[in-house]
Amino acid sequence: MIGNSIMPNVQSIPQENRQHFTVGSVTTQYFHFAHPPNSMELECGRSLGPLTLAYETYGTLNHDRSNAILVLHALTGDAHAAGYAQDRNQAPGWWDVMIGPGKGIDTNRYFVICSNVLGGCMGSTGPSSIDPSTGRPYALTFPMVTIGDMVRAQKKLIDSLGISRLLAVIGGSVGGMQVLEWAVRYPEYVVSAVPIATTTRHSAMAIAFNEVARQAIMKDPNWHQGDYYGRGQPGHGQAVARMIGHVTYLSEEALRKKFDRRLQDRGAFSYDFDTDFQVGSYLQYQGEKFVHRFDANSLLYLTKAADYFDLAEYYGHGSLAQAFAPAQSNFLVVSFSSDWLYPTAQSKAMVQAMKKNNLQVSFCEIEFDYGHDSFLVPNPPLSQLISGFLDKELRNLAPSYSCV
Amino acid sequence: MRFDLQTIASWITPRSRVLDLGCGAGELLKYLQDIKGVTGTGIEVDAEKASQGIISGVNIIHGDIHEEIRDYQDQTFDYVILSQTLQQVFRPALLLHEMLRVGHKGVVSFPNYSHYKNRLFFFFRGRAPMSKELPYAWFDTPNIRVVPIKDFRSFCSVFGFEILKETAISTYYHEEYGRKVRFLPNLLATYGIYLLTKKAPA
Repeated sequence: MIGNSIMPNVQSIPQENRQHFTVGSVTTQYFHFAHPPNSMELECGRSLGPLTLAYETYGTLNHDRSNAILVLHALTGDAHAAGYAQDRNQAPGWWDVMIGPGKGIDTNRYFVICSNVLGGCMGSTGPSSIDPSTGRPYALTFPMVTIGDMVRAQKKLIDSLGISRLLAVIGGSVGGMQVLEWAVRYPEYVVSAVPIATTTRHSAMAIAFNEVARQAIMKDPNWHQGDYYGRGQPGHGQAVARMIGHVTYLSEEALRKKFDRRLQDRGAFSYDFDTDFQVGSYLQYQGEKFVHRFDANSLLYLTKAADYFDLAEYYGHGSLAQAFAPAQSNFLVVSFSSDWLYPTAQSKAMVQAMKKNNLQVSFCEIEFDYGHDSFLVPNPPLSQLISGFLDKELRNLAPSYSCV
Repeated sequence: MRFDLQTIASWITPRSRVLDLGCGAGELLKYLQDIKGVTGTGIEVDAEKASQGIISGVNIIHGDIHEEIRDYQDQTFDYVILSQTLQQVFRPALLLHEMLRVGHKGVVSFPNYSHYKNRLFFFFRGRAPMSKELPYAWFDTPNIRVVPIKDFRSFCSVFGFEILKETAISTYYHEEYGRKVRFLPNLLATYGIYLLTKKAPA
């Protein structure tokens, strides 16, 4: 069994060495809002409440509240971005390689907030949450949420923390979509924005993969129109959904380097339908792990939100240049050479729209083998880019503050 | 900073908007940003150099200058700089027109091919000149054009680029010190540096 993930195992680092470059033990916090009689109007026309958003913070907010950075996670991520989760067996954060003392996002200098998303299942309100009106999980009665809804909820969280301007909003993949949404929806709040390995809208191919993932879940006999809570998850479908998704996050080269055509626990083909190849075994492991970690309905909702996202259509009547017209942030756009899910051309398209609006923008395609997930693995070029960019943004901010 | 870049920097008005085509790691832009308070953007095709520049705090777009320049609206910049890249450009006239579309003024610098050392090299050895400024052999050079100062002047007049300022300098390749060449620049200068604008229609 290939138990290890393609990512390096952070837990293999001796405990005593961890504190030198991590934020240490952390606890997820919960922001509750939209209590009755209030609720949150969603873009689909329905309203929802009360709501909870899970988040974590690292570092210290400075006295003029100018060093706050909002980090947004990818499709199935969570609020636990850095450090070691006190309540979850010291599990490392999903971006612990990036966030911490002296790292790309330096918690000695910045106050970092990582927010989960509406519709998820990692502590925020989603289809697996209890509907207070019925006492049972929402399941498919949960309204469709959009990237815009997620960002509007995050805005309430940021307001509640007393922060009126974010030095940076940073995120990869679907987190990058949220970054773009933040920059266009709340321009005066976002000093700088770092969308990584992302797109302003899904290609037909990206939608296609998501459709396969959704169908795998919905065709599982245990799905029961989403009403499976307390009866056992649609595990087979969900695992297959993850397997297909996982392949799109990697690259041919990453898979070749890691597995090539090596066989699993055997010296020759079985000539039956056992999992002969290591890559198959690895994918199955990823699928099973995901079933334990995540809610199948949440995956349906979140992939749909990502498919619906279309910045040009929503904000620019189809014109991406027009969509970016309200933006004021300075941008750092990053893509990866091996990302075939959101290829570099899609990053270049947003850079082009930013240039047309005379926005300050830096762009770099990093040569990296890991495919779409390149931002999640130790990636020194990416860490340095983000670190240098943030340093400039903080310095540029300083004069206007000292003048006041 | 390199002497040719110092010369260019001295021409740039403080707090202006500058686009640097083929900016490398953004050395010139960094200087202009820090010393003259310009708002700068660079374009660099080499990912390594582009990211070095971004890390140092300069706005840089990793990409091809010919493609990237097209996205800018007319007259977005006060200056568009093309420093020591002209000799590698496939369609120089088109690029200069684009530069003067997106910017009020263009700054162009290039190694002067008609420098006497190149002439002597060719005359006495009968082989393609190589020098500190143009250190490549004919088969591996990125430089697809030879540009003497005299030819550049006539190119400007043919294509309607008005020369606002012209400086010929003599400096070793990538050296911080050098001098202006006023006597026989086409023969004695290692680099030509030009400030251009679009000729007003007659």
